[in-house]
Amino acid sequence: MLNIGGLNEGVVIDHIQAGGAMKIYEYLNLEKLDCSVAIIKNARSNKMGKKDIIKIEGPFDVDLSVLGVLDHKITINIIKDNEIVEKHSLSLPDRVTNIIKCKNPRCITSIEQELPHTFKLTDRENRIYRCIYCESKFKGN
Amino acid sequence: MRHLISPLDLSVEELNHILCLGQNIMKEPEKYAHVCEGKKLATLFYEPSTRTRLSFEAAMLNLGGKVLGFSSADSSSAAKGESVADTIRVISSYADICAMRHPKEGAPTVAAMHSEIPVINAGDGGHNHPTQTLTDLITIKTLMGRLDHLTIGMCGDLKFGRTVHSLINAMVRYPNVRFILISPTELMIPDYLRKEVLDDGNIEYIETDKLEKYMPELDILYMTRVQRERFFNEEDYIRLKDSFILDASKMSYAKKEMYILHPLPRVNEISTEVDNDPRAVYFKQAKYGVYVRMALIMTLLGLDHSVE
Repeated sequence: MLNIGGLNEGVVIDHIQAGGAMKIYEYLNLEKLDCSVAIIKNARSNKMGKKDIIKIEGPFDVDLSVLGVLDHKITINIIKDNEIVEKHSLSLPDRVTNIIKCKNPRCITSIEQELPHTFKLTDRENRIYRCIYCESKFKGN
Repeated sequence: MRHLISPLDLSVEELNHILCLGQNIMKEPEKYAHVCEGKKLATLFYEPSTRTRLSFEAAMLNLGGKVLGFSSADSSSAAKGESVADTIRVISSYADICAMRHPKEGAPTVAAMHSEIPVINAGDGGHNHPTQTLTDLITIKTLMGRLDHLTIGMCGDLKFGRTVHSLINAMVRYPNVRFILISPTELMIPDYLRKEVLDDGNIEYIETDKLEKYMPELDILYMTRVQRERFFNEEDYIRLKDSFILDASKMSYAKKEMYILHPLPRVNEISTEVDNDPRAVYFKQAKYGVYVRMALIMTLLGLDHSVE
């Protein structure tokens, strides 16, 4: 397996569905970070067969709970002094703003650029969110 | 403060209250002629819809109120780029209640979030048109005397027709309602409606492309227009628009006591020879639409108990 060095301090976003890492990278705007970011695609996983992983070096102060909307299997490991100090599974927030973009060309958000793109959870079991304006459906991985 | 954005914003009890009030107004309209004196309705129509706008205006005038507004985006501040949120903030200080029509889905929701007056959705793209649903319900309730134990045929464009979707959503809340869904394969009801509303709700329904076959079973036949603006492709529109036309020969299969509804405008899906059939009630339906809008305006303004 490809070897990527361990982290002294940072965040590991693990168990991303294989092929999904770039989407997470874009949603978190990781290209704007100065620190090292490693994207590992198609890593072997006993549980998932294949998975993606993102490793971010250094302190990282962003609310990662919203990632549950995109991929509910993701786990977050917080690393300090080469140790995992926190491990989080993600839950589904009731409401998310500017995480998912409404893609319905008939939605009011398509012409009013300043409107926040807000989705609410309408079916927790099936992980379905709907746009609060046009009710278009979004389903994460 | 209440708004009406989706037909499902109203509970069955609230719905029944508005429908009963509408029927009372229908019986004695003169008793309600001054209820809204001193009140103003703003009609904010970002796309033309003469029928719906005039129905709202007639409703407010019948209640003794006044109306103001615009009838297309070109003649509004939207042409200068003003947002829906800013427009409604300003209109809130000019009027007591507003009815908004907008080509984009969700625009009335945005308005309601920023409004200081009740907002009525008068149609937002292909999304919701709750006062059409109220109109359909008061028509069925008045003519059939009930909203339960009915077989309702829906014919035409069941895929894009928002009035069909709203009426199904509203009618499944009443017991023993079954649907006959008559359309070409290309225009069948959307999957979510079939699965989440009909299947999950254990509602009896049949999907077919044979109008004559099921005509004898129907209590209500809800005809719809195949709308040009819902198609991205002109060829598909031309191919499908004449698929299901109701004429006198098809009417001969129908029960004596059944009613033909249509949200209007009709193009050619109901032949004009049907117009004189007493079972054709689509013009009466438009009239009932004014009464139910009167009841809605009164209710949202908190004036629904002002007439004994």
